[in-house]
Amino acid sequence: MSDPRKTPKSKYTADRAMPGAFEGETVTRRRFMTLTTHGAGAIAVSAFALPTLGFAAGSALFERPQVQWQTVGAPEDFPEDTYVPKVITEISGVGQVGKTTVYMRAHNERLDGPIPEGIPGGGEFIAISTRCMHLGCPVRYVEASARFICPCHGGVYDFTGAVSGGPPVRPLDRFFVRVQNGQVQVGPRYSVNSEFKRFEAYRDPGQPLDGIGQYLYPPRFSTPKLD
Amino acid sequence: MKLPKPPVPPLPTALQPPPQRPGEGEKRGPLDHAKEAGISAVDWVDERTSLSGGLRWAMFRKVPKGTNWFYTLGSATMFAFLSQAVTGVFLAMYYRPDASGGAYESIRYITNEVFLGEFVRGMHKWGSTVMVVLIFLHMGRTFFFGAYKYPRELNWVIGAVLLILTMVMSFTGYLLPFDQRSYWATIVGVNINGTGPLVGPYLSDFLRGGAEFGATTLSRFYAIHMLLLPGAIAALIGAHLYLVAKLGTTAPPWLKANGDDRLNEDRV
Repeated sequence: MSDPRKTPKSKYTADRAMPGAFEGETVTRRRFMTLTTHGAGAIAVSAFALPTLGFAAGSALFERPQVQWQTVGAPEDFPEDTYVPKVITEISGVGQVGKTTVYMRAHNERLDGPIPEGIPGGGEFIAISTRCMHLGCPVRYVEASARFICPCHGGVYDFTGAVSGGPPVRPLDRFFVRVQNGQVQVGPRYSVNSEFKRFEAYRDPGQPLDGIGQYLYPPRFSTPKLD
Repeated sequence: MKLPKPPVPPLPTALQPPPQRPGEGEKRGPLDHAKEAGISAVDWVDERTSLSGGLRWAMFRKVPKGTNWFYTLGSATMFAFLSQAVTGVFLAMYYRPDASGGAYESIRYITNEVFLGEFVRGMHKWGSTVMVVLIFLHMGRTFFFGAYKYPRELNWVIGAVLLILTMVMSFTGYLLPFDQRSYWATIVGVNINGTGPLVGPYLSDFLRGGAEFGATTLSRFYAIHMLLLPGAIAALIGAHLYLVAKLGTTAPPWLKANGDDRLNEDRV
C-alpha cells in the first residue's frame, strides 16, 4: 500500500483527507482562518462585554459599606418599658430617602431574658428596625397595643419584635447599639430568627432564617462586616 | 350680464406648434417631472437596496378566510409600544434620575410647568397599562385560536419573553416618579424578587446596586428602563414580526378546512 522508498506520511495528516496538505498538517488553512476569525471576534466582544457586566454587578454585589455608629441620645433617654423613635441615616447622599426610623429602648430583663454574651457593643439597649419582615414596608409601634403594625399587608409583631400575626417570616431586624463617651450609638443592622439567634449578615425581608431558611437565603457579600 | 364669447379664430400656420415627429415622446415640462419626483426618489432607493421586494413580501401576504378584528391585537400592542417609545424619549428630555429630590421635582415640573407635559406624561403612564392589557388580549387570542401550535411555537416563546420584558419595563418605570408610592412599591418588588431561594439575595443586591436602596438604585432602574429594555424589546418585536410574515397567520378555529367544492367527491 505505501511506497517503502518514500518517507511514511504522518498518520495524523493521512487520515484527514485533505488534498494538498503539507506533511504533519492536521487543520486545513481555510479552517484555521475561520477559527482565528471567530476567536478574534469572540475576544473582541468579551473585551467590552465582560468588563461591563462586572461593572454592573461587581460593586453592587461585593462592595461592603463601612460600619457606622450614629449617636442618638443619652442612656437615660431610653426607658425599658416603651420605645423611643429615633431617625438614623442608613445611606448618605440621598437626603430623606437614606433615613430610617429605629425604635429604641433599654434591655428589659423580664421580657428579653439575660443580656446575651458577646453581642457587639454590649446588649444594654435594643434598637428595632421599622423594616417589616414580610416585604419591607415601614412598621410603626402602637403604644396602646404594645405592638408593631405594618400598614401594607397586616404584619403584627409583639413588644420584643417577634411575629405575632400576619405574613412576616421572622422577627423585626435590629441594630447593634453601643454606649461611648456617655452617648448611645446605633451601629449596623442585623437579623434574628424566631429564637433571636443573631445573623450579622442581615437578610432582606421575606427571607426566613429558621431551619433550612438560613441556607436557602445565604449571607450576602454587601453587608457591613463587624471587626 | 355676461356676453357670450365669440369663437377664437384659428392660429396662423406659422404660429401653430409643430406636429409631433414620429418616434418622439410627449413633451414633458418641469411640472411633469415634479409630479414624478416621489416615484423617482423611491425608484432611486429601490434600485440601490431592492427594498420593495422585502416590503412586498412582508405586507402583501395571503391571509386565511375568517380573519377578523381579533387579529389586530398584535399590531395594537406594537403601536402601544411605539407610543411608549416616543413619549418616553421626549420625557427623558426633562427627567432627572436624582434620588435626593431632583427626580420628583423634575416629574413635578413636567406635570405642572411644561407645555403639554401632563398630556405626554399621561400618555406614557396610562399607555403602559394599555400596553399590558393589549399584550394579554393578544396572548389570549393566540391561545384560544390555537395559533401557538406547530410551526409557530418559537413565536409563542418570543412573545412570552416580550411579555416578561414588558413586566420588567413596568416595574422599573414605576420607580422613576420617585414619590412615596414608587419608593415603597419598589422596596416591596425588590424584596419579592429576593425571596427566590439561593439566588434571590444576590439578584436583589444587583437590582438595588447594593445592600440598601440608594442613589444607584434609581439610576440603575432608569438605565434599564430607557436604554437596555427598549432595545431588547424592539429587536424581539422584529423577530416576532418576521416569523409572522414568514409563517403566515392561522385561520380561526371555527372555520372548517373545506377544500374546493368542485373537488369534493361526495358533492360531485
